[in-house]
Parts: sequence; C-alpha cells; structure tokens
Amino acid sequence: MSEVLLSAKGLRLAFGGVKAADGIDLDVRHGEFLAIIGPNGAGKTTFINMATGYLRPQAGRIEFEGRPILGLSPRAIVKRGIGRSFQLPQLFSEHTVLENAALAIAARRGIWSPLAPLLRPRWRDEAMDLLDRFGLRPVAEARADALNEGARKLADIAMAVALEPSLLLMDEPTSGVAAAEKMAIVETLVRVLRSTGVTAVFVEHDMDVVARFADRVAVWSQGRIAALGPPGEVLTDPKVRREVIGIAADA
Amino acid sequence: MRRESLLAALGAIGLVACAWAVPWLKFVLTIALAKGIAVLGILLLLRAGQVSFGHSMFLALGAYTVAFLAPSENEVLLLLPAAALIATGVGLVLGLFLVRYRDIFFGMLNLAFAMVLYSLLEKLYSLTKGTDGIRVAALSFAGTEPERGTQEWIVFGIALGLAILFGLLVRSYLASPMGRALAGIKTRETRLEFMGVPARRVLLFAYVLSALMGGVGGALIAMTTRHVTPQIAYWTSSGELIFIGILGGAGSALGPFLGATAFELVRVYAAAAVAEAWQMILGAVLLLVILFAPGGVWGLLSRRWRA
Ligand SMILES: Nc1ncnc2c1ncn2[C@@H]1O[C@H](COP(=O)(O)OP(=O)(O)OP(=O)(O)O)[C@@H](O)[C@H]1O
Ligand SMILES: [Mg+2]
Repeated sequence: MSEVLLSAKGLRLAFGGVKAADGIDLDVRHGEFLAIIGPNGAGKTTFINMATGYLRPQAGRIEFEGRPILGLSPRAIVKRGIGRSFQLPQLFSEHTVLENAALAIAARRGIWSPLAPLLRPRWRDEAMDLLDRFGLRPVAEARADALNEGARKLADIAMAVALEPSLLLMDEPTSGVAAAEKMAIVETLVRVLRSTGVTAVFVEHDMDVVARFADRVAVWSQGRIAALGPPGEVLTDPKVRREVIGIAADA
Repeated sequence: MRRESLLAALGAIGLVACAWAVPWLKFVLTIALAKGIAVLGILLLLRAGQVSFGHSMFLALGAYTVAFLAPSENEVLLLLPAAALIATGVGLVLGLFLVRYRDIFFGMLNLAFAMVLYSLLEKLYSLTKGTDGIRVAALSFAGTEPERGTQEWIVFGIALGLAILFGLLVRSYLASPMGRALAGIKTRETRLEFMGVPARRVLLFAYVLSALMGGVGGALIAMTTRHVTPQIAYWTSSGELIFIGILGGAGSALGPFLGATAFELVRVYAAAAVAEAWQMILGAVLLLVILFAPGGVWGLLSRRWRA
C-alpha cells in the first residue's frame, strides 16, 4: 500500500521576496493520512493551492496517479479526483446546509438540468445521508451562514467528500473550532474518511490531533519541508519541537 | 409555494377583469406583462448578484425584429419566435464575452452594447427611420386578421399566457441545480469551480435565457404599441427594467409582474394627475421600497403571510 498517489517535485513559488514554496518534494502515498504542520506563513496553504490548480508554481512538477496535473484548472483537477476543503469554509451562505450538500452531489452527477429541482427525492436522500455521516442532519435546514464554526468546517469538508475524490486536501479542518469540540469533530471526520477509503492530507496546528490521527507528518518551514516521517519520530525530534511546535502551540 | 400559485392565479384573473372593465387599461396591462417577462431576465441575473445596465437592448432586438419583418411576414405566431431567436442569438454571442466579467464591469459592458445598438438604430436612418421610428404593419393571428378590438385582446392573451409560461419556467429553473448554482455565483464562485462546475457556463445559460425573455417582451411591446423607436434601447429603458425588478422583488418569479403592473399603473395615473412630476413619484416609490421593503412588493406580500 505504499503506491504514490500524488507526487510533487521541486515546487517553487515566490510572492515578491516571500518564498512560499522553496523546493517542495513530497510523495503522498495511497491510503495514508498525512498531516502538514508548521508555523504561520510557512507555505502550507500555498502547497494546497498549487496542488489544486489555484496557484501555478514557477518551477517544479506535480503528478497525480502518474499523470502531470500542472497547468490544469481547478475544475479539471477536481474532475481528476482531487478534492479540497478550505481554511475559511467556502459555503454557499444563502443556501441551506442541505442545499449545499445537494449542490455538491449535483456537481458530481451533472447539474445541467434546468427543470428538475435540486432537492429531487434521490438527491435529497443522498444529501441527507451525507449530512448524517457528518453529524449534520440536525442543521440540514439551517442557512449555511447560521452555523457555528465547527459545523461550517464539517459542512465544507462534506461538500468535498460528496465529489468522491481519491485524494482530499484539508486546510486546517479544526482551526477556529472550540477546544472542547475539536476532538469530536476530528473523530467524526476520521470515521467518515476511513469509511470512504480516501487518501487525506490535512494541515493541522493541534499536535494532539496530529499524534492521534496522522500516519505521517510533514513539517513545513519557510517554504521547505524540514522533516517528514511517522508522528512518533517527527513530533519527538528536539529541533522540530523547538522550532515548529513551540511556535505553533501559541498560534 | 401554494400561496404563490394562488396569488398568481388571482393576479391573472384580476388583470383580465381590469382589462375587461376598463378597456383602455388593456393596453397598459399588456405592456406591463411584456415588461414583466423581460424583467424575469433581470431577476435571473440579480440571483447571480449581477445587474445589467443595458438589458433593454434585448427588448429593442425583439421589437425591431417585429417592426422589420412585419411588412413581409405579419403572422404573430412566426414573429414571436423570430424575435426570440434573434435576441437569443445575440444574447449568446454577447454572453460568451460578458460572462467573463462581474459586478460593475458586467453592468457597464452591457450598457456599452446597448448604447452601440441605440446609436445604430438612431443613425441608420434609411433602415430604421431614426428617432421617428417604424410603424408596425397590420398583424395576422393564425392566418386571420381580426378587427382592432379583438387584436388587442389576442395580444393581451398571448402576453398573459407567455407571462405564466415564463414565470413557471423561471420558477423551476431557480429551484434546479443550475438555478441554485447561479445563486452560488453571488456568494461563492470559487467554490463552484472547486466542485468542478464551470461558473461562466452557469451564468451564460441565465444570460441567454434572459436575452430570450427580453426579446419576447420587446416583440410584445411592438405588437401592442404598433410603433417602435430607438428609445426602447436607451439606457433609461434599461434602468426602468431594473427599477421594476427591485420594485417587484427578486424573491419570486411573481415579483417582476407585480413590479411591472405597479410601475405602469403608477406611471399612468401619476402622469394623469401631476403631469411632469410622475418621475418624482416613481423616484419616491423606489426610495421607499429600498428603505422599507428591500424584498419589493413580493417581499411585503410574503412577509404578511409568514407573520
Ligand atoms: N496570493 C498571495 N499573494 C501574496 N503573498 C501570498 C499569497 N499567498 C500566500 N502568500 C504569502 O506566502 C506565505 C505563505 O502563505 P501560506 O498561506 O501558504 O501560509 P500557511 O502556512 O498556510 O500559513 P497559515 O498557518 O497562517 O495559514 C505567506 O508569507 C503569505 O503572506
Ligand atoms: Mg494556511
């Protein structure tokens, strides 16, 4: 099971003088949960943006399932099977949670039917089912902008999962969530993701979450990967503890 | 939703009753229905958060199609589809370019195209008779040429039928995945792209549909007024469509018709009562709507039900 799903080589991207990616080499293995940690501004979101076609690196290559994806639009990359969720949840704020989920299902099944309702019985059931798995059924009829942060994060991820990606990139799935809720949310998330068999990369500032759920950890620092390995090794590395976790702990 | 259908049915009956009881109102109400159909297109674009400041160009395309073709082919059942086709075709060509833009750029580019059309209609005198406009030749309906009073009833009936048809169409469209995605352009366009949905194509469909309805509205106006001038493409005419859209409310496919009826009636009665001041009255009405009833007439009615 160590087949490579996503392979990035030599990714470079600078914004003016800021090197947001300064030679990123990373292989994401089929089926793993890979955590990305690192201080603010290290370039974690930039990596996700490059892998999903939102930003184009100035140098380097990215392959997904053995085929190059560099230069493809976000839309084309989604169709290849890479889904993402956002550091700030990107929900359709005027729609209900159910409609948000149904729209994601429609996006996969084909939205080009101007006369049949979005909430047709089969899609409504499928959307309800999806929300159920994420524990969101109680808020299905609420407007997306009325949710608390934890539920918004989950809804955001549910929409990505609805597309049935083979790789899911999650940008800080628990940031902004109250500490008391955090573990519950992550447990829900991990349960759903394990059941779908999706490969997941997630940016995370909470080391307890990382230690508990990641198969491997990549440590980002100033646009580079400073360390990569199982959490047991990486998180105990004194240099990582000093330079990354020390900073991240108060972030 | 059932209330919406009930209100629509009552409204349709009310219009017929008014047109029957006060014969000269038939003209005003036919114009209101025609504009309401065009404003359905404004409503679609509003759902995507976009405002077209040049939408009356599609009214003009429909109206001039009727005016140009009538001398050689005066069958209403052919003129209407022809007007719809021309407006749809132009809407598709312009739309392919326009859907790359949003907000003020989208609005102003529409205005620019409308201004080009306006000056063409005004300047190409040999074709359009400039600001004098073109009189629409006598029309025939399914092969017959009934007397004038009957003709007016027929055009009124067609306008009402098309208003109901397009109203229902827009209602299903807005509830469909394409319509919900259209509303998604207003709030989270990037999310659409990250779901693999091409936002521009979603907007293009709405734009072309709005052009089609604009063309149909314009054709009905030409068939009612029997005289087409470039004024119909002027920016004030586009402004009027937006005005009606806001007055009626964007919350329901009924809004444009509530707005258009209110607008035309206020215009007629205010113009009769205070001659030159009717624009002031309309301005005051718009101000009141924006301040106190942002959901428009439709918003007021539906709020009453929920309370
Ligand atoms: N579009 C952009 N334009 C200019 N600078 C950018 C852009 N995107 C990111 N940057 C800069 O690149 C650097 C890396 O940003 P990035 O968002 O990838 O960091 P991050 O690791 O996700 O940080 P955080 O933990 O705060 O989310 C930062 O200095 C940021 O200011
Ligand atoms: Mg980030």
